[in-house]
Amino acid sequence: MVIDMPTADATITAAQVMEWLHAVPDPEIPVISVVDLGIVRNVAIQNERCVVTITPTYSGCPAMREIEADIVSVLQSRGVQQVQVEVTLSPAWTTDWMSERGKQALKGYGIAPPMQRAVDVSGITRRSEPSVPCPQCASSNTRLISQFGSTACKALYRCQACGEPFDYFKAH
Amino acid sequence: MNDAMFQYLLRLGDTTLVLSQRLSEWTGHGPVLEEEMAVANTALDLLGQARMWLTLAGEVEGKGRDEDALAYLRDAPEYRNYLLVERVNGHYGDTVARQFVFDIWHYLLLKRLQSSSDERVAAIAAKAIKEVAYHARRSSDVLVRLGDGTDFSQRRMQESLDDVWRHVGELFHDDEVTQTLAASGVVPLHQSLKGAWYEHVAAVIDEATLVMPPAEEAEHPAHRGGIQGRHTEALGYLLAEMQHLQRAYPGATW
Repeated sequence: MVIDMPTADATITAAQVMEWLHAVPDPEIPVISVVDLGIVRNVAIQNERCVVTITPTYSGCPAMREIEADIVSVLQSRGVQQVQVEVTLSPAWTTDWMSERGKQALKGYGIAPPMQRAVDVSGITRRSEPSVPCPQCASSNTRLISQFGSTACKALYRCQACGEPFDYFKAH
Repeated sequence: MNDAMFQYLLRLGDTTLVLSQRLSEWTGHGPVLEEEMAVANTALDLLGQARMWLTLAGEVEGKGRDEDALAYLRDAPEYRNYLLVERVNGHYGDTVARQFVFDIWHYLLLKRLQSSSDERVAAIAAKAIKEVAYHARRSSDVLVRLGDGTDFSQRRMQESLDDVWRHVGELFHDDEVTQTLAASGVVPLHQSLKGAWYEHVAAVIDEATLVMPPAEEAEHPAHRGGIQGRHTEALGYLLAEMQHLQRAYPGATW
């Protein structure tokens, strides 16, 4: 790859790096960036090294390694020579960290964004699932088909009005 | 203390790993697509948790073993999972019964581990409990659907519940490992989880129009030993399949 971007690391700021990271998509839902998904927890410039701290969505998220590689690749293409990606577990990721722009991108992609604040883990009493409007026709006449969808972070719903099934990104 | 910590982390890591492997066996064989996806995703969550516990176990042990060395290069007597999770899947009702009794226990345990005096343990527990709370609600839902279903599904669900009950006791058994760690606030005594477990489980079983199996069924000492490394033959077959590639081609990567 030919890199003709500025290479003076001293001029790079954390805010600039964060902006560049908007170009790193979630590998499984490519319309949302890792920043809008809320998994980039910190960017620090230490001497000439750029340290990006990320956190997994779900424990078993199979995309973490790919995300790390993508972050390194995007930043290097911007001329950041030394990139280090660190993974932190605490505090645990929550959909509350998803940006408004991220939620709108999901909706535009046909995935209903989280409807509630982070899941309450103080109890496990059975309860009904939230009412989720259809991302296609906006009808609220929808029902849960399956508590898990194509990935761990989603549930499967069906719209009773337009008949379309759709993914719901669960509040977590 | 350090050895107790290592042993306990193996219990958590091995229990989530073995159950994950068992649940994965349903992939391609589930009774309906929705259940199959749920089981596979639950397996994935548990696998992620197993990786975190085993990585920490390797660090605590300090002999350079990582998650892969611990998962792939130990034989059955070195595994420390509860006997409950190595049980073969049986029919789908058996899998649901096993998952239900496990999920409620797992949730209650993680809830306590969130405030562990060891912050590494607390961090993993806080991460995992969000997933496990969802598992617990889901397996409770399925138990109610099958129990409060047709006469046939109710009978089969009751049989599965009765059958799994003998493995419940081990989940609340304390030994030197838990006692040592509980003394310094790293883990709760497992006995202390029992009251809340029975209370929640009884409520769901009642809603499912099923009958609580007799408590003494859970206490038979013959069905203990997994966490000390005494396993049933079922674990050997599971590991033979899971470890095949690393055993046949040591150090293989891709």
